[in-house]
Amino acid sequence: MTGTGQLLRLILRRDRVILPIWVLLLGLLPQLYLSAFQGFFASDAERIQYAHVSAANAGFAGLYGPLSGDSLVELVVWRAGALPVMIGLAALLTVIRHTRAEEEAGRSDLIRATVVGRWAQLAAALLATLVAGLVIGLLVTGTMIGSGQPAAGSVAFGALFTLSAWVFAGVAAIAAQLTSSARGARMIAVLVLGVSYVLRMGGDISAIGDGRLDWLAWLSPLGWVQKIVPYAENAWWPAVLALLITVVTVAVAGALLTRRDLGSGLLASRLGPAHAGAGLSSSLGLAWRLHRGLLLGWTAGFAALGVVFGGVGTSVVQLAENSSSVSEAFSKIGGSGSVTDAYFATTAGTCALIAALYAVQAGLRMRDEEQNGHAELVLTASVSRFSWAASHLLFVLIGPALAMAAEGALAGATFGDVGPVLSAALVQLPAIWVLGAVTMLLIGMLPRFAALAWAAVGLSFLILIFGPLLEFPGWAMDVSPFTHVPQLPAAAFTVVPETVLTLIAIALAGVGLLALRRRDIPA
Amino acid sequence: MTEAIDAEGLIKRFGKVTALDGLDLQVRTGEVHGFLGPNGAGKTTTIRVLLGLMRNDGGRVRLLGGDPWADATRLHRRLAYVPGDVTFWPNLTGGEVIDLLGRLRGGLDPRRRDDLIERFELDPRKKGRTYSKGNRQKVALIAALASDVELLLLDEPTSGLDPLMEEAFREVILQEKRRGDRTVLLSSHILAEVEALCDRLTIIRDGRSVETGTLSDLRHLTRTTIRAELTGPVNGLASIAGVHDLTSTDGRVAFDVDHEALEPALKTLVAAGVRSLVSQPPSLEELFLRHYTRDEASR
Ligand SMILES: Nc1ncnc2c1ncn2[C@@H]1O[C@H](COP(=O)(O)OP(=O)(O)O)[C@@H](O)[C@H]1O
Ligand SMILES: [Mg+2]
Repeated sequence: MTGTGQLLRLILRRDRVILPIWVLLLGLLPQLYLSAFQGFFASDAERIQYAHVSAANAGFAGLYGPLSGDSLVELVVWRAGALPVMIGLAALLTVIRHTRAEEEAGRSDLIRATVVGRWAQLAAALLATLVAGLVIGLLVTGTMIGSGQPAAGSVAFGALFTLSAWVFAGVAAIAAQLTSSARGARMIAVLVLGVSYVLRMGGDISAIGDGRLDWLAWLSPLGWVQKIVPYAENAWWPAVLALLITVVTVAVAGALLTRRDLGSGLLASRLGPAHAGAGLSSSLGLAWRLHRGLLLGWTAGFAALGVVFGGVGTSVVQLAENSSSVSEAFSKIGGSGSVTDAYFATTAGTCALIAALYAVQAGLRMRDEEQNGHAELVLTASVSRFSWAASHLLFVLIGPALAMAAEGALAGATFGDVGPVLSAALVQLPAIWVLGAVTMLLIGMLPRFAALAWAAVGLSFLILIFGPLLEFPGWAMDVSPFTHVPQLPAAAFTVVPETVLTLIAIALAGVGLLALRRRDIPA
Repeated sequence: MTEAIDAEGLIKRFGKVTALDGLDLQVRTGEVHGFLGPNGAGKTTTIRVLLGLMRNDGGRVRLLGGDPWADATRLHRRLAYVPGDVTFWPNLTGGEVIDLLGRLRGGLDPRRRDDLIERFELDPRKKGRTYSKGNRQKVALIAALASDVELLLLDEPTSGLDPLMEEAFREVILQEKRRGDRTVLLSSHILAEVEALCDRLTIIRDGRSVETGTLSDLRHLTRTTIRAELTGPVNGLASIAGVHDLTSTDGRVAFDVDHEALEPALKTLVAAGVRSLVSQPPSLEELFLRHYTRDEASR
């Protein structure tokens, strides 16, 4: 492992801006939450009331995890429950950026040609990330103790954050050995993170209901670290479990590294067919090859999400019978109607936003194809611009539709009532298509700013999450296409908004296509 | 129909940058035409205009008798293009790419495909992400050459090939030339490559055509660098018109010589007795430095 020190310095130099930003941001957020909550409640009674309502809210349990009590600091821990996902994301991206991405760019050849040892690159990337995770934890512990919180709980709270970074650094280290592309490695690691989140979400929602599925959280590293329950329990054994997993993943990554050549991955070094199959003979056939991985991955993911949401739905029924304040909280997020109706309206809305991310991702493939020169190859082989773009657009529209259908159908089937749950998911499609069409519009008209399509989804997300609670004015709510979707199953299906949204999507995509035919490629 | 490509006064701007500034290019049907210019001269941009990928801001352009922008899809059935810095889809094999591009163009000759794969020593079962630059270029070349098309547009096709494969490429192009039923536009920034393959050539610089004609028309441009080690003293080299920048130190001479003066200069060397001799064609950059900086100074 000679050379690790030098490489570590190189990493710290390259990341001298981004690394401190995420470490400080994630490490100091709990302190910010604490100050925010301190000014938030006029009295203890108000805080306790808030805690009770929140603790029984399935949507909150899904997003943040369980709330262990009604003290101020427990509210902080609970509210910070979404941060381990971001910490995990930052950690895994950092590890892959300094291992597989380096190798793919060919810079590792230079480095390994020098005296640097075989494991040095991986060791340096891991070391940088583990230390970053440690600093985040120390910041949390330090600021919490500094604010007068109990020391033991603060250490546990810090450990929760640190271990979130460590576990996913280990996951990323393995992912980086599997594929030969950084994109593939990122996808694997992010998938593990996403599945962990969904499992934890399902377990925690179930736990506040009938608890039949609360074991789901035990399948998730994010679930384990949360079982530390800072301040209330300060349990040490979930921390040991997470630590153990970190050690094991890192060891496995190191072992895998010795079994492969530089530049290659364990999964992707296979040879393929020497001749193209019959399907690969049109721009549509090519688009299928380019989109099928994404399509299958998203559809499978959404199907799993559907099973979790459907299974948890039964818990929600029970919950409603226990508490009336829950119905109130829920109607604020998901519209009027019974608690389960509101629950499925909320899950459909959340899934729709995630599916919109898929639509944008699929749409931006087109821009990728243009930028890396692939579009040129196809367009000069007698494929018209229209059929090239339309082939991709087909997957932008159909892909999210299949994913939503899978989610709705499986959620309905698991819950025991397919029709209403599936329709709640499907009525979201026109809004998703609008965002897919925005992507097409940007690609046609403002190709250099095509990534703004992500911002359009982000804006819709902000409006959906904060709009009702913060009581945004009507026009601001109307900006998001999701505002106009009928809140099935409670509300009635409304033809006009659905038709108008579909027409808007057609118009936007049409203008994008026309603009694409008139501009330079690549632009 | 005698002109496969006919462009006149092409103008293309990218914001403030003027990439093409009144470029002329005429390529006759059936010829191999060299399209020569240093990096950034506008070769790729010209080819993209010819392919209808980009629209010219000024000037006139015809390709195979049609309008490359309006008739793009129809014209593309009759041509094949090899981009300069080509990359492929990471999860498609080279063989799949060759078949796909061929089929999109309306079919390719399977025997010729296999011939070319063997000729270029390509493993068609490897995935796109695992090919080196040279191998990617081979894939694009095979896809183009195996297609039944009348026009080939090759943008610096040898820039990633090793010398052995460069030789294979030359042979294949010469074979095409002998068949005589294809027109080839070959862009390059290497003078020697164009000299070896082309009937006629157009030299461009800063988006403008500076010379066009047959190789012998342009002979006045080429000047060879000679370095020799001699057994005896040499006399009269300096007095030959066309010998430039002569240096001579204990039995070693080095000089540049114009094409017309090559014979008298070599005779003089032989008379002195030659132990070793190296001759080097000028690079395009040297050529520009020599001819056109002088032009500009006198303008
Ligand atoms: N898409 C583009 N945007 C802006 N400038 C460009 C673009 N493409 C080419 N250029 C500029 O146009 C000029 C000609 O480039 P190019 O045609 O690629 O030259 P060559 O192929 O001869 O090396 C260069 O100055 C280059 O920077
Ligand atoms: Mg070029």
